[in-house]
This record gives sequence, structure tokens and C-alpha cells, in this order.
Amino acid sequence: MAQQILLNDIKVPGLASFEVYRKLGGYASVEKTLKYFTPDEVTAEVKKSGMRGRGGAGFPTGMKWGFLDKSTNNPRYFVCNFDESEPGTFKDRHIGQLNPHQLIEGMILGSYALGAKTSYIYIRGELFYVLRIIEKAIEEAYANGFLGKNILGSGYSLDLYCQPGGGAYICGEETALIESLEGKRGNPRIKPPFPAIVGLYDCPTVVNNVETIAALPWIMNNGADAYAAIGVGNSKGTKLISACGHINKPGIYEIELGLPVEEFIYSDQYCGGIRNGNKLKAVVAGGSSVPILPADLILKTAKGETRLMSYESLAEGGFETGTMLGSGGFIVMDETTCMVKNLLTFARFYHHESCGQCSPCREGTGWIEKILQRIEDGRGTMKDIDLLVSISKHIEGNTICPLGDAAAWPVASAVRHFRQEFEDHVKLQKCPLSR
Amino acid sequence: MQNTKNTTEFNSETLDLVNKIIRRYPQGRQKSALLPVLHIAQSENSGWLSSEVMDYVASLLEIQPIEVYEVASFYSMYNLQPVGNCVIEVCQTGPCWLKGSEELIAHFEKKLGIKPGETTADGRFTIKTVECLAACGNAPVIQVGTEYHENMTSEKADQLLSNWTAENKCSHTNPYL
Repeated sequence: MAQQILLNDIKVPGLASFEVYRKLGGYASVEKTLKYFTPDEVTAEVKKSGMRGRGGAGFPTGMKWGFLDKSTNNPRYFVCNFDESEPGTFKDRHIGQLNPHQLIEGMILGSYALGAKTSYIYIRGELFYVLRIIEKAIEEAYANGFLGKNILGSGYSLDLYCQPGGGAYICGEETALIESLEGKRGNPRIKPPFPAIVGLYDCPTVVNNVETIAALPWIMNNGADAYAAIGVGNSKGTKLISACGHINKPGIYEIELGLPVEEFIYSDQYCGGIRNGNKLKAVVAGGSSVPILPADLILKTAKGETRLMSYESLAEGGFETGTMLGSGGFIVMDETTCMVKNLLTFARFYHHESCGQCSPCREGTGWIEKILQRIEDGRGTMKDIDLLVSISKHIEGNTICPLGDAAAWPVASAVRHFRQEFEDHVKLQKCPLSR
Repeated sequence: MQNTKNTTEFNSETLDLVNKIIRRYPQGRQKSALLPVLHIAQSENSGWLSSEVMDYVASLLEIQPIEVYEVASFYSMYNLQPVGNCVIEVCQTGPCWLKGSEELIAHFEKKLGIKPGETTADGRFTIKTVECLAACGNAPVIQVGTEYHENMTSEKADQLLSNWTAENKCSHTNPYL
């Protein structure tokens, strides 16, 4: 059994209640940290752990904290990004719904390290039922002295609130999230300045993903070295992988980074193989934004090495033959899946979710959707296939935020690896796999 | 509910909740309460935001009406047109499509005789297609109010529709309660 940091107790009945969580050792890290660690020592510990942000970008968490501007007397804010919306990703909901105190405990640690006196959990509005669970847990934490004034007599005070979004994928981008938290449209800001300097209410702010924050109690309880001992290379610790699509056992799995992809897909401990004994066709390994890979390239790199579930191994080969670990949204497709149609659903998604600020993304995502629709309907031409790639290249790198890249990469990779299937749609004037 | 000025206003219990939310932000940053308050206002106005309701929210938060309109029109959860009593939101993004969301949408269309975006003549049901609800492991997924219904099948859809018809299901309830 792999080391479990986040899901160890997830199946314990009543875990969402303070009483059960506390009995299992919950909030011990807060007692320890407030007593024996200065805020800067917490940051140092997180740096040393090697943990990287679990929202998708994989940026080292401790380093991000280190950028926080502490030179002014302005308030500082710690914000949890619970806008989980990347297609294929459903891990944060699991924590929020079943183990809200783990997230709150992590919020206290992060807030203490950063010197935040008020912190927010920004959760997508669709998950209001999870917001209610978290708000109840926050109330319990206040009632038991872990939130509010002078926590455990340490002199440190913290208020924590939950804030719903309104339905917008873009608010997962941290500056759009901050705008939304200020009661505005979710338009990403031009950077620099980065939120660590000018964030929420123009104050220094750190935004971290739910899974990142939920791992903090374990790191403070067990030490950075114990965390860094798990994993492989620069991929330290465990990662939640939310697996979906044509597998026998969809669900949320906590893996030690470095697990072979093949084992993850076929072992009964994880996905349990492809449904109906079908053949694996393609995998989107880290949420819809990362490049899709055909079966041979997801199981082995182009050099013939075993592909591992790690930041480095999944990226091996660059965008020509590799992909990204991303958010851990692992979407598996069997031989019955039309690559054009699958891409079309993602293109529709990005078109719908583009905030509209940057022309390449606002217009380009719509064009991509339209062209894919006509190829899927059998009305496409060979030129359309190159046009798709050309549009994606003109979006990539030309927008304020990464949504443009996220919309472009799946297109370029699908055409690169499955060009024949696009051409078949054009030649046959219909979808060869339509049901 | 009639959308006259008088009935747009929140009762004292709802106002208490709104004021509690406003206190979560620093002095002068009450605009931060806009998204939560719009959710509450929509639930109290039969599931949609009329301009009267948005103007009322603007007055509560001491901001300009335009600041409310631009937000309400940006986020997909706010309805700017009247909707049925029970809004059924069906996820159509990749992972749900892989597990049969198209067939599910077609099933709802057939059973209710309406297309996505439309409301049944009796005003009971509206179907909406939505993008990823972040429950892909249990695809296909639908959302009704603050409830998720996962691992959907046609049979399950029939059962839910018949329950909702019997109980005259309303999906517009205060999401905080």
C-alpha cells in the first residue's frame, strides 16, 4: 500500500465532524506549530519539503510563499483556490466534502506562516453543498478555539471564511479568483505585479490549491524530510489523481509520485483496467488542458522508458511526445472514442469559459469549436485540419492568462497524434466512429 | 413571486444573513459580498435575476447597478431570464460525454418535450446544458439546485422526474440553508 497523506482517514464515518477528526489526531499540527515554529520556520519547512502546487502548475509552494511582500504594514491574505473546474478533476471536492477539517487545519498553518489575519476559501458556486459542510466545520473550529482570537493562547488570531463563485472556470486562475472575491467579473489581471505583491484588496496575497493546503498538516506533523522522502526526483510527496472515463474503477486515488502509468491504469488497486476489456486508445493525464497522448506514448516515453506518474516523466519528450501531470485529472479513453468529438467537447468548454478580454482567446476558441463541429459533422476539408493548428498556435502565448494555452494545447496534440482520424472524417464526410 | 419593488426586498432573516456575509470583508469592501448575495437574491426570486432584483442588490451593497449587471451577466449560474420551477443542469463536457451525457440530454429532451435552454409550458422544468461540474468519476452528472445527481442513467432520470413532478420540486432554495 502506498503512503497515504491525504486520504488516510477518508473512509472513517463522521470524519467531517470536529469530534471524530480531533480523535484521529486532527489539529495536532496547529498545536505543535504555534508553539514551536516561527512563521518563517513554517515557510522554510514547506520549502524543504519540495512540495509543488497541486492545482496544475506545479510551482514550488514554499518558493511562492517566499515571494510574499512582508515589507509593508498592509494586511496579508491567504486564499484557498477551491474553484475546481478543470475537466477531469474532482479531487478537491472529495477533501472538502469528507474531510473539511483537514483543509481548515492547513489554512491555519498557511495563514500563520504568511501572517494572514483573515483568510478565504473560494469555492466554485456549483459546490454550495460542500460550502455548507465547510462552513459548519469552520464554526466547530471557532467553537474549539482553533480559529478566532488568540488561538490556543499563542497570540495569533485568524478569521476564516468561505466564499462561493458564480460559475466560471476562469476563476481558477489566481488573479481572476481575486477579482471574483472582490465582487467583480473574473477577468485575469496583467502580471506583474504578482499577487504576492499586489493581490486581494491590493494587498500581498498567496493563493494555493485545496490539495496543497490539505497536505500542510502532515508536513508539519512529520517534518519536511519525511515528505521529501516520498516520490521521485523533483516530484516529492503524494498526489491525488482523479481518474475517469473508460476505466473499470473511476475514482480518487492517492499515489506516491513515481508510480508507473501502466500500473495506475491496469492495477486493481487503482483504475482496474479498461472497461469491457477494450483497448486503451488515449489518455489526458492532467486535466483537459494538457496534451492528449495515444496509448503507446502514455505507457512509454518516445525513448522507450517506462512512463511514470511524476512531473518530470509525464513531461518527458516535451509537447512533441509528452504531456503534463497538471491537476491530476486523468481521463482515459478506449478504442470506441472519437478523438475529434472528444476534442470538440473540450473546445466548446474553452469557448464557453473564455473571459473575453484577449482577442486571440475570445475569437480563436470560437473558431476552433466551429471548425471541429464541421469536421465532426462531415463538412470539413483537409485545409480545416491545418487551420485548427494555425489558430491554436496564434492563441498560445498571446493571452493575459493561461486559459488561451489551455485551449490551444489539446488541439495541437490531438491533431499531432491522431491526424489520420481527422482526415478520415474529411474523406468519409462523417464520423467513422459515430454511434 | 411578483417582481414588484415591494416583494423584491429581503425579509429580516435574509437581511441578517446578508449582513453577516458583508462583515466577512474589510470596511469599504462590501462589494465582495456581491456573488453570494446574488445567489441568495436569485433563489428568492424564482431562480432568476430581474433588473429590479439587481438594482435592489446594488442598493444593499452601496454600489452602482452596472457593477451588479456586469457580474450577473459574466457568471453562468445567474439566470437573467425567468426559468422553470426546477432547473435541471446537465453536464456535457468531455468526461460526461464519454459516459453518455448526449444520450442523457436527448432523454430529458424527449421526456419533457423541450430543448436545452427551454422551459416546459407548465413552467415546471427547465433544461440547461452546463460545463464540467467536477464530478467526472461519477459521470454523467446533473445538478438541480445545490444537489448533484451522479452516475445518471435514463432509468434514474425517469425516477427523478417522476419524484420531482409529484413533489412539485423547486430548485430555487437559499443555498446557504
